[in-house]
Amino acid sequence: MRTRFFPILVGLFGAILLIRLFSLQILSDEYGDLSLKNSVLKEYVYPERGYVYDRNGKLLVSNQPMYDLMVVPKNLRPFDTLDLCRMLRLSTQELNIKITKAKRYSMRAPSILLSQISKQDYGTLQEKMWKFPGMYIQRKSVRNYHTDVASNILGYISEVNYFDIETNPYYKQGELIGRQGIEKTYEKLLSGKKGVTYLQRDKFNRIIGSYKDGVFDTLAVPAQDITLSIDIDLQEYGTTLLANKRGGILAIEPSTGEILMSVSTPTYNPNLLVGRARSENFNILKQDTLNRFLFDRSLQGQYPPGSPFKVLNALIALEEGVITPKATFTCYSGHFYALNQFMECKCIPGSINNLDRGIHNSCNTYFSNVYRRIIDKDNNAPDGMNTWQSHLSSFGLGNYLGYDHPVGQSGYVPNANFYNLWYPNQRWRGATTVSNAIGQGEILMTPIQLANVAATIANRGFFFTPHFVKGVQGDFIDPQYKTKRHTTISNEHFDPVVEGMANVVKKGTARIAAVRGIEVCGKTGTIENFTKINGVRTQLTDHSMFIAFAPKENPKIALAVIVENGYWGGRWAAPIASLVIEKYLTGDVKRTWLEKRMMEGSLEAEYAKVTSNKPFSINE
Amino acid sequence: MNKLTRFDWFSLLLYVVLVAIGLVNIYSTMYNSNDNSIALGFIQKQLISFGLGIALIFMIQFFDTRFFERYASIIYLISLLSLSGLWLFGTEVSGARSWYGIGGFSLQPSEFAKVAVALALAKFLGDFNTQIKRTKDYIVAFIIMGIPAVLTLLQPDPGTALIFLSLFLVLHTEGLPSFFFTILISLFILFISTLLLGMYWVMFAIVLLASLYIALQSKRKRKKVVFPAVIASVLFCGFTYSVTYIFEHIFEQRHRDRFNILLGKKVDTQGIGYNINQSQIAIGSGRFSGKGFLEGTQTKGGFVPEQQTDYIFTTIGEEWGFVGSALVLILFITLILRVVRIAYKQKTTFSRVFCLGFACTLFIHVAINLGMVVGLVPTIGIPLPLMSYGGSSLLAFSAFLGIYLRIAYQRMD
Repeated sequence: MRTRFFPILVGLFGAILLIRLFSLQILSDEYGDLSLKNSVLKEYVYPERGYVYDRNGKLLVSNQPMYDLMVVPKNLRPFDTLDLCRMLRLSTQELNIKITKAKRYSMRAPSILLSQISKQDYGTLQEKMWKFPGMYIQRKSVRNYHTDVASNILGYISEVNYFDIETNPYYKQGELIGRQGIEKTYEKLLSGKKGVTYLQRDKFNRIIGSYKDGVFDTLAVPAQDITLSIDIDLQEYGTTLLANKRGGILAIEPSTGEILMSVSTPTYNPNLLVGRARSENFNILKQDTLNRFLFDRSLQGQYPPGSPFKVLNALIALEEGVITPKATFTCYSGHFYALNQFMECKCIPGSINNLDRGIHNSCNTYFSNVYRRIIDKDNNAPDGMNTWQSHLSSFGLGNYLGYDHPVGQSGYVPNANFYNLWYPNQRWRGATTVSNAIGQGEILMTPIQLANVAATIANRGFFFTPHFVKGVQGDFIDPQYKTKRHTTISNEHFDPVVEGMANVVKKGTARIAAVRGIEVCGKTGTIENFTKINGVRTQLTDHSMFIAFAPKENPKIALAVIVENGYWGGRWAAPIASLVIEKYLTGDVKRTWLEKRMMEGSLEAEYAKVTSNKPFSINE
Repeated sequence: MNKLTRFDWFSLLLYVVLVAIGLVNIYSTMYNSNDNSIALGFIQKQLISFGLGIALIFMIQFFDTRFFERYASIIYLISLLSLSGLWLFGTEVSGARSWYGIGGFSLQPSEFAKVAVALALAKFLGDFNTQIKRTKDYIVAFIIMGIPAVLTLLQPDPGTALIFLSLFLVLHTEGLPSFFFTILISLFILFISTLLLGMYWVMFAIVLLASLYIALQSKRKRKKVVFPAVIASVLFCGFTYSVTYIFEHIFEQRHRDRFNILLGKKVDTQGIGYNINQSQIAIGSGRFSGKGFLEGTQTKGGFVPEQQTDYIFTTIGEEWGFVGSALVLILFITLILRVVRIAYKQKTTFSRVFCLGFACTLFIHVAINLGMVVGLVPTIGIPLPLMSYGGSSLLAFSAFLGIYLRIAYQRMD
């Protein structure tokens, strides 16, 4: 008899099975997750996305319902296919393909048969739903824009992509995220926080109740509404003024740093990016490389600032003590700043210009001399250059301003290192870099930086970081937008410059910008610019630029206007700026003739030159 | 008083505990929070079987052991008749003609045949004239196991047929020539390695081993070894070939898949591998202490098929975790080892062999069922004794236990 046989066999089996259970249940990690994927459905409860209002409480963005037609293939009964197809404008074949797809996904779980049905189709469909067992309509929410403008500010939302999910595990496939503009900056506030419901499901993917009676469920946190600092009427007005022209307007309330308008043309209607046609429209907008609809000229456009930059040079020179307001330079319709190097000017030959006349006549000779005195102070160009550059950066130039919108550019302000690299023998001086004197050299600025300079001068020496948000449901605002940022220029130096800017409108280059009853201060700019056509550097018609603030005392608005290839500052930019000022401060525009000229004027012919492939002349 | 303490209360307690655990888990398996009348219906039926089982055990205690020895042949013949009768009166359920439908209940005669075969085998070996080492006698023993095995194989119910044949282990412990066990083990190894490595490699290995053997032995000048070695290797090669042939041509695809999945040659979690994958997910997700009673997500979702019968252990694994599964395993092993221990204390061969038959049947059931749900044994439809839902199985094991308890009680007489 083999009496040990059974005990050994049973013991061996017990040991093997115990080891197996141990490895399955304790060592292996994968099965726990697998079982949850298998049997617990995580369902999200989304709060309604927050509304957006303008500074006067006008509703800009809300939500609208969209409808998805859902199908549970197992519950389908024979129905009138033709009737359904007619209502949904589908062919029977398309419908069959969609139903087959849904069946392949799951017989018992719902799938989308047709997404984003419009309100009108929903109306007719709703009445006949009883005829189609196995189908039902699911509501979802999409953005609804109550304005045709401001798409560059508001931005848009879109479905999260792979990258979003990777970087932020909060988002799950198919969810929406603020992709651009305010929607992106304030995504957290506008989207709120989704809640989670855990549901138990069975092997057919059917829901059979809540998981553990909902102990893991969380409530959704409601979204918050946002009030923008934008004045939507002004934004609309600016957009119509810039019709048929490429350009931008950016206006700031100097006393708060609130951005009143941010126009970029050509623009698009934000409603284009909602609903079934979204991707089609988006591609059209994205692929237009000439009009660049998705490029915000007021925030991203980097231009040489041109003559408005002269006021900054004046302020720096006063601060550095290299001139006084009374100091004069004589202009001979230009001057030689170096051997055989002549810089032209529009002054009458023999004009003797002080600071005031220098600004309001925009005298190149005057500012060329001022600039050279700043740079060549103490005969040390690198030190002078760095001093100049540090004054400029105190205005927020050459860097991002820090406003609450995802797009932007830093602009550029050169320093001594830049020229040391450019001129390796170090033999550069003020005269070598004299283009900077008149805002043409290496400097680049965006319209928002220019507008901010105007606001800083309006405030006589400080500014608030510009921002688009006035408040979030009343009280919240980021403290950084309430902090004064002082420039390195002393208070008293602003008054003579402001005086000069007032005279620009009274008797200088922008008399057309005068508004009855309001003292407007401004500075025109006419900016030489170049592009490459078939690889050849070609000069184009000058940009038209104007910065302004008004009224002179206790200013309410500061702005910068750029009109690309708009000939000269006084032709387009200055009138547009003055109309905006008039509209904003008086609520009404008296100079309808000027308004009409601006709205109807077109520069399309100018823009067509670049793509015409023919030789053309500029600045006619 | 003395009489009552002699009774094997401990085994009876193990039996009650195992059935109770089974009831709890059957309830959990069928539980639905909206409507638990279904679960209660199942519990009700199983409780009736449990009551009948207890009554049966109680009744059996009034019979003397010699009664069972005397009527073993008749019981065996009746059970063979009932198995054959299935061809005439049986009901077909999911492809197998294994049940008699009587009123609302259905009866599975093959479950009771397990007791009958154990009795018949015990009676045969207990006969004074039987010498298990003798060719004539062990052939009779094989026939006793073989007839019901063939009858159930034809139903077809290969799992139960395997149970009858597994009583071979009892014959082995009773002194069957070790040749058979050696052959069985070598054929098992050959079978697995043929499936894993393929026919030609295995044949090559056999020939190589045989040549080595001959070479080593001929150095010792014992030329007689050549002929048997050649014969053996030819037989083994023949077996390898027939395994391949049966596997490729006689087996159906589902049988092939069961082996392939187990041997890790095929991964298919949606088709044939669905059962085994889902049952491992369920058990594995229980972790150390389980998800708690009625909290098993896999169980509630009905992901494991046949969970109240053959896959009842997956509920235990999911809801009671490693603690619960190990406890159930240990309870079974304790019961089996206790039965074996009592068996070897018996004075008569009949008693010993019957107890070993009980232990062996219980062990093979547990080993195959648990091995299957944790993925160590191919899918074979065998219930977990005492725990799986099903009256016939519970009653048959109650009868087994009843007779065993009677025998254990009587050995002191």
